[in-house]
Amino acid sequence: MKKYIFFIGFILFVVCSYFFQLSVGKEIGYNFTIFFTEMITFLPMMFILIGLFDVWFPKEKVVKHIGKDTGIKGTLWVILLAMLQAGPLYGAFPVAYLLWKKGSSIRNIFIYLGAFSTLKIPMLAFEIGFLGLKFSLLRSLITLPVFILIAALMEADLKNKQFELQQP
Amino acid sequence: MADCQKTWLGIKKGLKMFLSLLPALLNILALVSIVLYLLPKETLIKWLGHDSGWLGMAVAAMLGSISLIPGFIAFPLGGILLKNGVSYQVLAVFITTLMMVGILTLPLEAKYFGMRVALLRNALSFIGAVLIGLLIGICL
Repeated sequence: MKKYIFFIGFILFVVCSYFFQLSVGKEIGYNFTIFFTEMITFLPMMFILIGLFDVWFPKEKVVKHIGKDTGIKGTLWVILLAMLQAGPLYGAFPVAYLLWKKGSSIRNIFIYLGAFSTLKIPMLAFEIGFLGLKFSLLRSLITLPVFILIAALMEADLKNKQFELQQP
Repeated sequence: MADCQKTWLGIKKGLKMFLSLLPALLNILALVSIVLYLLPKETLIKWLGHDSGWLGMAVAAMLGSISLIPGFIAFPLGGILLKNGVSYQVLAVFITTLMMVGILTLPLEAKYFGMRVALLRNALSFIGAVLIGLLIGICL
């Protein structure tokens, strides 16, 4: 209930504005109605898709394939794992530690972080919905080589240092 | 049937996620409605529109690096900004820094990777995000 306090106040303000013919509240209310209809028409559907995806493609199956393989195959599995996940970037750090324990290379760890932050499928669904397919596709295609390059640079920097991922 | 159950479980899971996000989403939509009223479209376009150039990118990169907005909220916000004249280039920089750079989560990242590595990753990601924005600006 506490979470809705601001929103309830907002609705009261807009309703009162209509009642007293205040143009401020009317314009704000008009803005809100547009955003809200846009959101409610496809967002629940998007979430159902995300839920279905989560059930049909369990990440546990992917994790099995990740390990010492440092070649292109290892990289592809790491990217796939990252894409199947959800949540903010700091949620990726414990998983990165897990991958490190399982023997992933430094490069794949950072590729995982890059893919996790930019190519998660639930997020892509949102991006396509709100910013359009063209923008989302283009951004994904441009981002992919960029984070692979970042991972390569990180590996080059850490190669000859005693780098260890820590569990806090 | 097991498959049918699984599907139903997925639908329920999705709706649950939606409902848990709804308060935050309603709040942000309400807030954006107010901010867009207070902030004239012309000002927004001047600062973040097609002709905002480096200034617009700098503002977007700063905001994106510092803030901790989940994508579920950032994308609707981005859609609204886009309709109000913010350029794709600025939007791409904002979204990408938001996703890849985390100044607020730096202490946490440092606990796993060490401060030097965390800083390096964030710095490289920041440069990468600006690059991505520039490329998208050229393409769109």
